[in-house]
Amino acid sequence: MPRTVKHILCVLPVIAAFAVLPAVYENHLLLFNFMIFMMLAQGMNLIYGFTGYLPFGYVGFFGAGAYGFALTVVHLHAHPLLALLAGALAALALGVTLSPLFRLSGAYFSIANLGAALAVYQVVSNPNLESITKGPYGVSLNGVFDPTFAYTTTLAILAATFGVIVYVRNSHFGMALQAIREDSISAAMAGINVVRERIVAWLLSALIAGLAGGAFAWYVSVFYPETVFSGEFTIFAIVFSLFGGNGTVLGPILGVTVLYGIYNGVGISTPQYFQLIYGALIMLLVLFLPNGLASLLRQWGIDVP
Amino acid sequence: MFVYSLLAGLLFGLYFSLIGLGLNLVFGVMRIVNLAHGDFLMLGAFVAYWLFTLFSINPVPSVFISFAIFAVVGIPLYYLLVPRLLRGKDPEMLSFILFFGLSQVIEAVATISFGTSERSIPGGELGQAMASVESFFLGTAVDNGPVEIFGQTFPAAWIVSGFASGLAVLFVYLYLYRTRIGYLTRAVMVNREEALATGINVHRVSAIAFGVGLGLAALSGVFAPFMLGSITPAMGVDVTVTSFAVIVIGSLGRPLGTVLGGLIYGVSYMLMQSYYSSWANLLPYVLLVAILLVRPSGLLGRQVRRA
Repeated sequence: MPRTVKHILCVLPVIAAFAVLPAVYENHLLLFNFMIFMMLAQGMNLIYGFTGYLPFGYVGFFGAGAYGFALTVVHLHAHPLLALLAGALAALALGVTLSPLFRLSGAYFSIANLGAALAVYQVVSNPNLESITKGPYGVSLNGVFDPTFAYTTTLAILAATFGVIVYVRNSHFGMALQAIREDSISAAMAGINVVRERIVAWLLSALIAGLAGGAFAWYVSVFYPETVFSGEFTIFAIVFSLFGGNGTVLGPILGVTVLYGIYNGVGISTPQYFQLIYGALIMLLVLFLPNGLASLLRQWGIDVP
Repeated sequence: MFVYSLLAGLLFGLYFSLIGLGLNLVFGVMRIVNLAHGDFLMLGAFVAYWLFTLFSINPVPSVFISFAIFAVVGIPLYYLLVPRLLRGKDPEMLSFILFFGLSQVIEAVATISFGTSERSIPGGELGQAMASVESFFLGTAVDNGPVEIFGQTFPAAWIVSGFASGLAVLFVYLYLYRTRIGYLTRAVMVNREEALATGINVHRVSAIAFGVGLGLAALSGVFAPFMLGSITPAMGVDVTVTSFAVIVIGSLGRPLGTVLGGLIYGVSYMLMQSYYSSWANLLPYVLLVAILLVRPSGLLGRQVRRA
């Protein structure tokens, strides 16, 4: 059986689970959040796992997607699916604007990306732009509120995201990205167009986060700038993909299932304890398990797709 | 208004240089990114706050106390985290995540212990300290109110903070350029491997630099209640981003370039506050991205681009 088919068979049960679970489990918001975080973790995986660039302002794309969706609905009264497209375009536009950041190396890229995300947040939440963005007062999208439709669409986006990751994991494109990550100069010598491949990965990652943001805006339908630009989305995406194992198909899915599952299972009421546990977990991961659960499983002889 | 903004900008610029200095020292010596920098500043601010509230200790002595505490904390922390980190594949990137985790831990512990309420120290305390120093030298009583420079009046707390920041920067200069350990530190900054080959105890030099870096963060925290407004456990992230803007303008990895960065940042911040106050919050981020794109090595910098 070719590897690609095997990988598709690995992610299909996850999609099936999200399709079936709403019928038997009534907390749909929780299921929805699981899907959102799986998308974000996979988007982070695509850019950090495969290219080695850590976008510390990843939430910028999520927020751009959410606001692209919301503003299209508010100002143009568009159909939600069209608005979702607008959200995706907003995230892509931000991605294109920020693509010059790839001229920077490692930490400089991360810092600049963080600065860019905060700048977008400051612009969106500025009271002077209230007539356009509703400023810091948030947007309300009662007109398009339709949780079932939004849930189904999100599931489709999730499936597409998994498809992209499986493709990247098994294609020439993904191999090229990993070659660039290991040594960009040698990769260029081997005939890989370093700049183009990186930008494509970056825009795909931005697209995933933008669609996730648009879907989030649609599903929750009332939100504030600080909700969709909250640094926690970036943190979650990094921690989940890091915990599961970057550069794999199943790693981020595993990370979200285990960590977000524990988080909701334990039901921590005080956010500070949660922050403390996550901070400590991040430190332990970096120091003792920088390649995540996947590397641990591989040591035990289990192949992680 | 222009002269006022300019002078206030210079005072704040000195302070911003101090904020960035510790971060830049740590990056320069160890090539690791201390994302918890702002949180150490916050802790220093709380040391000053509690010393003042519980024992009525004036912030001026607290400067030395904060510095000493965190310089001493920094050395074991270095040995705990950094050597293991440097063995990894991509220490710069991993340090980013690691210190981010540390920043979350510090913020969480501080919130659990201190709560989320905003706290401050009355600005008159610094004025008081300045007035007593002045009257000591002049031999006459001096009042502790606002101070007039070039026809503009400024709170005494700003003057003291700016002056003390300048003094601290001077001490860092002396440490780096006039002591043996500073000489070794600069050797490690230029080339870690060669320094190791020459027989320099790189870990010892780095540990001290790390301690000094954290100490400087905590020290600048003492002035935070006067310069940055009230203090809360969550203030760290904003401070870290501001420090990055400052040191990127100057030059990453060159501690004294920070002074230039701080002054430029301070003056432009004050001008923004005076003329476009509603957009002033945007400044650090836009400046950060713009400088990184146009001149990633900073105004005084060496090459950082790769690929």
